[in-house]
Amino acid sequence: MLEIRGLAAGYGNIKALKGIDLDVAEGEVACILGANGAGKTTFMKTVCGLLRPSEGRIAFRGKDIAGMAPAAIVRKGIVLVPEGRAILSRMTVLENLELGAYHRRDAGIRRDLDAAMERFPILAARKVQRGGSLSGGEQQMLAIARALLARPRLLLLDEPSLGLAPLVVADIFRIVREINEAGTTVLLVEQNVKQALRVSRHAYVLETGRIVHGGPAAELRNDPKVMESYLGSGRVRDAEE
Amino acid sequence: MFAEQLINGITLGSIYAIVALGYTLVFGVLDIINMAHGEIFMFGAFVGMLIATKAQAPLWSAFLGAIAVTGAMGYLLERFALRPLRGRPGASHLASLISTIGVSILLENVAHKIFGAGNQLFETPFAEIRFDVGPVTVYLVQVLILAISILLMAGLSLWLYRTRAGKALRATAENLETAGLLGVDTTRIITATVVIASAMGGVAGVLVGMAFNYINNQIGLSMGLKGLAIIIFGGMGSVSGAMAGGLILGLSETFVVAYGSSGYRDAIAFIAIIVVLLIKPQGLFGQAAPEAQR
Ligand SMILES: Nc1ncnc2c1ncn2[C@@H]1O[C@H](COP(=O)(O)OP(=O)(O)OP(=O)(O)O)[C@@H](O)[C@H]1O
Ligand SMILES: [Mg+2]
Repeated sequence: MLEIRGLAAGYGNIKALKGIDLDVAEGEVACILGANGAGKTTFMKTVCGLLRPSEGRIAFRGKDIAGMAPAAIVRKGIVLVPEGRAILSRMTVLENLELGAYHRRDAGIRRDLDAAMERFPILAARKVQRGGSLSGGEQQMLAIARALLARPRLLLLDEPSLGLAPLVVADIFRIVREINEAGTTVLLVEQNVKQALRVSRHAYVLETGRIVHGGPAAELRNDPKVMESYLGSGRVRDAEE
Repeated sequence: MFAEQLINGITLGSIYAIVALGYTLVFGVLDIINMAHGEIFMFGAFVGMLIATKAQAPLWSAFLGAIAVTGAMGYLLERFALRPLRGRPGASHLASLISTIGVSILLENVAHKIFGAGNQLFETPFAEIRFDVGPVTVYLVQVLILAISILLMAGLSLWLYRTRAGKALRATAENLETAGLLGVDTTRIITATVVIASAMGGVAGVLVGMAFNYINNQIGLSMGLKGLAIIIFGGMGSVSGAMAGGLILGLSETFVVAYGSSGYRDAIAFIAIIVVLLIKPQGLFGQAAPEAQR
């Protein structure tokens, strides 16, 4: 579904991605793991059009989308929940959700809004409150619900569990699984290695702008060498759980 | 006469509010002050004068003409003076700001060439029509100005808060990147915003002509400064701040002239800014910059 070859991108002189090859198959959950500063967020931003790649190909459902504007990529069916959630803090919860469906013109929006409120009762309760007044976990729910209202084919999640309490983290991973079971392909960036590997079919390890490992998630889970050499920070995190 | 001054103040204030809205809308989406807005406003006044006074055409056509010309100027400003600077590595907001200053100087000179330097009469056929409501005299022009301003402000608010496009504009104003991720074509929204803001400036230009009966190529500068003062006072990028700030400035200027000295008239705006900034640095309706954004 997503086919990336030789992708390079960066910020001015800083090369944050140095030739990434990565595939996501339709219907799966895939994850990208890696330490702080590895280039995970840069990768997500490049796929969804916020950053222009300097080299390489990003093919989505067979069509090259590299260099397209974010709005155009959303219309193709790729939606990103960015790191830090990017809730519109001055707009209400309901307006945030409505804007999720901005690019749609079909008649199902109202129904999907109702469904989102039903799925996330906390959002229904906070409907007319400003997005900025929500707690971190509530904001993450809102960000995911808002992204789903765009009816993505491929959902990109950049560290959805960042800074959340363990109970909420478990919730987030359960939601990811549900979203996937409902037919949406998911590409997940995580530092929560254990849980990410548990929901994913394929996993990639990113280190300073390069993919140093890619394969079935189960394989990675049982490979202490890879776990140790590349995901040191992940081990620490898991130990805390 | 207190009631009359009140009406004068509200009339003047509603014009200020519309000028300030033009600044605040553009500031919202682009984070720059459009220094050419005052001159675009001035062109609105001149176009209105040409249509209403020189050609003796009905007033509504003066508004339409001013909207068309200033809207087009807004488009050209965004397309050729702002967009090329946007998103270029190394181009700061300062570059766009200076670009608008360049446009403002250009426009002022063009106006000087076309219309000359002196005052031009802006006559409307009903300038003298007035009603006596008890002891209070109200001019039809004032009623018209007020009605048009209120319609414009109410329309803008409804549009911003109730329509899909208005919400997209607010999303773009809050965070350009996020709006793009939600599928909003932010380039189009920015263009639309500059066009709408400029057209509002054009309407304000005609209103000023109606209110003062004369215009010249300097009104852009003085009105521009007041518009700026209002948005600093009301809170940069705040729509309600621009409306309230405009009204407050119009009222206080009018009352200072009526009961104090006309010499202080233009100082009011700046005294008000200083006081507000000392007490509430983000402006009356301003929001402290949300952390971790942009
Ligand atoms: N806006 C920017 N300007 C310059 N350099 C940047 C910018 N954003 C990121 N970088 C650099 O690019 C590299 C990759 O950063 P990126 O944010 O993609 O890492 P990450 O894997 O998402 O890290 P984290 O786990 O902390 O979120 C880092 O070296 C970072 O310093
Ligand atoms: Mg990151």
